[in-house]
Amino acid sequence: MTDTLIDAEVFAELQETTGEEFAAELLTTFLDEAPRMIAELKTAADQQDQDGIRRAAHSLKSNANVFGATALAQIAKDIELNGLAPGPLTENAVLEAFDVEFARTSSALEALLDG
Amino acid sequence: MAEDSGHLLIVEDNKVNRLLLTRNVELLGHRVSVAENGKVALEMLTSDTYDLLLLDIEMPEMDGFEVLEALKADAALRDLPVIVTSSVEGLDNIVRCIELGAEDYLPKPINKVLLKARVSSGLEKKRLRDEQKELLRRFATSEVAQDLEESGFAIGGQLVYASVLFCDIRGFSELSEGRNPETVIELLNSYYTLAFEAISSHGGIVTLMIGDGLMAVFGAPRPLENPAQSAVFAAQDMLAMMAEFNQDQAAGAEPVIKLGVGIATGEMIAGYAGTDKRATYTCVGKTVNLAARLEEHTKLTGFDVLIDKETSTRLPDDTPVQSLLQARFKGFSDPVDIFALGT
Repeated sequence: MTDTLIDAEVFAELQETTGEEFAAELLTTFLDEAPRMIAELKTAADQQDQDGIRRAAHSLKSNANVFGATALAQIAKDIELNGLAPGPLTENAVLEAFDVEFARTSSALEALLDG
Repeated sequence: MAEDSGHLLIVEDNKVNRLLLTRNVELLGHRVSVAENGKVALEMLTSDTYDLLLLDIEMPEMDGFEVLEALKADAALRDLPVIVTSSVEGLDNIVRCIELGAEDYLPKPINKVLLKARVSSGLEKKRLRDEQKELLRRFATSEVAQDLEESGFAIGGQLVYASVLFCDIRGFSELSEGRNPETVIELLNSYYTLAFEAISSHGGIVTLMIGDGLMAVFGAPRPLENPAQSAVFAAQDMLAMMAEFNQDQAAGAEPVIKLGVGIATGEMIAGYAGTDKRATYTCVGKTVNLAARLEEHTKLTGFDVLIDKETSTRLPDDTPVQSLLQARFKGFSDPVDIFALGT
């Protein structure tokens, strides 16, 4: 991965413009909502619902960008633009990469919350 | 709240984006309501009024494109400014939004400075449109206003057969001198209220107001069966109402208003003139000039209402009309026939 995991400046700016408390609440909301969005993405992929894939990836991309999660946003954007290849979910390389990236990203974001 | 703050509707399905945008807009000093998708937004738009719409494109149930289409088709909502907020990929999608009537496009993640500028300009547009509608409503009958709104504010003219009425208050400058400003404005307001009532009740629209003078058109943009007669009826009503008003004024030792009216009938060019931002419905041509000259001429003749020949020939036989001496008017090569309306 060449993209930065978290662009610290983006989150700092979010805190500055909206307030630290609000930024923290917003981040918590994202961490609560993200599993549901990922589930939607996978359901859509399972049914080869290209529209659903695009929509779910789009939401994940735009939310990742809010917190400066650049690497995660990049994979989501690839999915939004190119869709997902048909086949079993467990064998989908792009989805696998997304899962890995999300795990790393959410840990880093949680660390931001605690810090 | 700041004076230029507005009520915005944010339409966004994604919870994080919705919370963030709401926060940013509220920090700008505006009031915010939220809708989770286009369907909910349209329901809210019909039950409450908003100054500006911030619209996401990718949404379940009803997406942003469908919302834009629905707004465009609805006369009551067509003028609501919309700023599309989206991270939808592709220039063609942005172009599609603009084509569907969106004012502006804000890419996500939303830049706060851009958001502030776009929201201010969107609210300003709303204010201007409301003002224009209000002016139209005040200056014209609702029928005409609706007609103009539906046909759009196309700049351009057409040749029409109509009557023009000019009216002003005799010696208003002298009247206003030495009086306090409130009295003068109140007097002007009373005059305008009565004049507008007389004009609109006979199908005319006021196209110009300057100080104590006004210009009204009968027969455009909607044709009237007999514009000359409508204009003359309006003048008679104005004089009758003013006489009644003057009785009250005199009883209270307040100043009375004496009017001078000129009416001319014929062909003229009518249409919207101006720029997209500020246009006014008006009529131009020789007939218009003649009406203005006739109104001025009332000062010399002492008659309240002077009309031209064309107007006089269109009136019912029992209308008290008196032929006066011809006069030479600036801009007219031949002497002009003048008629005075009796009371």
